[in-house]
Amino acid sequence: MDFRYTEAEQAFKDRFESWLNSHVPKGFGSPEFTPPDTWDAIAIEYRRFQGDLFRAGYAGINFPKRYGGAEGSVIENIIVSELTGPVYFHALGGCHVISLGLAAPTILAWGNEAQKEAFLPKTLSGEIIWGQGFSEPNAGSDLANLATRAVKEGNEYILNGQKIWSSFSHIADWGIVVCRTDNAVAKHKGLSYFLVDLRLPGVEIRPIRNIAEDPEFNELFFEDVRVPETMRVGEEGDGWKVALTTLGHERYLGEVAMAATFFKEYEEMVALAKKMPMGGRSASKDPIIRQQLAQTYIELSIMRCNGYRNMSKLARGVMPGPEGSVGKLFWSQLHQRMTEVAVDLLGPYHQLTRNSRYSIDHGKWGFHFLRAKGNTIEQGTSEIQKNIIGERVLGLPKDSARIATKQ
Amino acid sequence: MDFTFTEEQEILRDSARRFIDKEWRVENIKTFIDRQSPFTEEMWQKIADLGWTAVLIPESEGGLGLSFVDLAVILEEMGRGPVPGPFITSVVLAGETIRLAGYPYQKEAYLPKMATGESRGTLAWTEPGDLNSLTPVKLRANRSGGSFELKGTKIFVPDADLADVLICLADTGDGTGLFLVDRDLPGVAIHSLNTMDRTTNLSEVIFDHVTVHEDRLLGKPGEITPFLNQILNRVNVAYSLDMVGGSQKVLDIGIEYAKTRVQFGQAIGSFQAIKHTCAELLVGVECARSIAYYAAWAQDQDHQGATLAASAAKTFASEIYRKVTKEVLQIMGGIGFSWEHELHIYLKRAKCLGALFGDATFHRERVAQELGY
Repeated sequence: MDFRYTEAEQAFKDRFESWLNSHVPKGFGSPEFTPPDTWDAIAIEYRRFQGDLFRAGYAGINFPKRYGGAEGSVIENIIVSELTGPVYFHALGGCHVISLGLAAPTILAWGNEAQKEAFLPKTLSGEIIWGQGFSEPNAGSDLANLATRAVKEGNEYILNGQKIWSSFSHIADWGIVVCRTDNAVAKHKGLSYFLVDLRLPGVEIRPIRNIAEDPEFNELFFEDVRVPETMRVGEEGDGWKVALTTLGHERYLGEVAMAATFFKEYEEMVALAKKMPMGGRSASKDPIIRQQLAQTYIELSIMRCNGYRNMSKLARGVMPGPEGSVGKLFWSQLHQRMTEVAVDLLGPYHQLTRNSRYSIDHGKWGFHFLRAKGNTIEQGTSEIQKNIIGERVLGLPKDSARIATKQ
Repeated sequence: MDFTFTEEQEILRDSARRFIDKEWRVENIKTFIDRQSPFTEEMWQKIADLGWTAVLIPESEGGLGLSFVDLAVILEEMGRGPVPGPFITSVVLAGETIRLAGYPYQKEAYLPKMATGESRGTLAWTEPGDLNSLTPVKLRANRSGGSFELKGTKIFVPDADLADVLICLADTGDGTGLFLVDRDLPGVAIHSLNTMDRTTNLSEVIFDHVTVHEDRLLGKPGEITPFLNQILNRVNVAYSLDMVGGSQKVLDIGIEYAKTRVQFGQAIGSFQAIKHTCAELLVGVECARSIAYYAAWAQDQDHQGATLAASAAKTFASEIYRKVTKEVLQIMGGIGFSWEHELHIYLKRAKCLGALFGDATFHRERVAQELGY
């Protein structure tokens, strides 16, 4: 057990940090910084940043060089993820999440040679942004219930149906889309996984605003959309497996990046608590605020440790055990608690939004508070996470209702 | 960066678990508890024979000179038992205080005997009268010539009746001093307190005009704060590891019950009310484990993060141990509420260790101070 970097790792970190400092979006890191106003502007900035990262050899650390990756070590990957996490999430709208966290690793794991060559370098360089087309109006937690059809016709599939909560499709070039290709078999066995050009005729994208008024996701309609067979990932019927493959490395890495991001948010929150007067003294001197800040720090430290524990196992070629499954449930709840501390700290000021007089930090704490409410829903609700932990990790039996529907 | 244990440490863990499973079946603990005596000298000797009492003591003092991470493996397994007795008290509280703050002649006098298990110690810190157990020390040590006279009372002293030497915090007038007080000195009186948790022995210790020579002072009065911080860190990390082991054991008990107890024609673990509770508990236990391991490593490094990590571990592990025992009791229903079942042993231990040397609220404030808030 040793949490220090070797000299070589420290040198890599110093090198990357100094590179990063001159390539982050203008003004990033100062308290006055705000991300661009529109998603189009965010996407342009993301492509610029990701392209710079790619050309400097810092994109896709764990990807093979032949697909544009860096073939670096797990530790280098941790270093880059921790340092870029806050940039992606706080300045670039988290645009990388589906592209680098889901699409690229899925194509690497399941794609054929042609797909890897066509998509991986362009995804790592930011030239392609991916959206996600998994959930449907009648397929949320029960994802395998999805009904969007893909019917084979010659060497094409004809897609018809509706997706919802489709992240990033409004700025995306391509989508990862799961469709039903067989109605005759058990519901999770009749699915296939497709790479869909979102500019094809018959694709319609309608933005949905979240509770913070931010149009971060979409309805996605397919009407007779013709997708070449070569854009199917894996075999027909493999869709469920491809979509839900435990992408260990990326998932754990994502958690490391998110921990670093939340720590950044936390530091800003503490700075605020020190600066803002509360009842004649600085808020950070209030005994209850102190307890809340300390508890948040403790939980963030744990989140970071959880990430390191998982990555250490992967570095040794071992898949994490039970410790690997706690991540999403813990961080999503932690981020909600943490943003609640932030808005409670600000009292009535938390409600002032971006352009209001008297707003603090451009209203971002209220925004974070609202956005965090999605954390326990997106990427598998907390309830689904608990079923997975209960059944697959602890070995508890399935409940009779879900046995009855053969799920 | 590496968050894994070495092969040697994994072997140590295996052998510790096998030893404890064999020697400290929880049924034995229940028997001991009914007899009011959860500890035997025979057991202590077995622990000493395994070398566990020598882990942290330097080789120059007859110990093994191993790391806190090595000890961590043992402590987590002992917490599973839970193994009652003065192990953490003697090895960490007393042993580490002497190792860190003692002069060479003091180390020579005490540590070799502690390494072999022949001698045990404890630390007398808390005093009656203030609900914050680590408030400034008021027990007086009045100098007269080359000696000090100690007068006052300590409470919640762990395992005092099993200790050969009591390390007493006292106010010398020139700052707080740490005194090595042999327990058989005239004027020392030890009274066991009746407490809920019978796996831990807490006492009142009265120092009634006890004369102690000045060569029994560890370090210099007024200059021991850094040592006290280190001791506070280490004992709380030790408790955290014990609590992680205990939490895991209780969760195991709850899950086993949820898999086998049938109601409404199904194992109750199939119901989401139970399943989701178990999942939440697993998350909590794994989180406590992450921070406790990290804190153990941080003690070996002795860097500035050692205090933050220790207080973080104590806060989270103590709250999760309480939560696990509470929720598993609920899962088990009436049987978990009965004296016959071992669950209450853990529940009470969680409450006791959680409060010793600072509870969660205390340690959160300590984190806030350490971070400069």
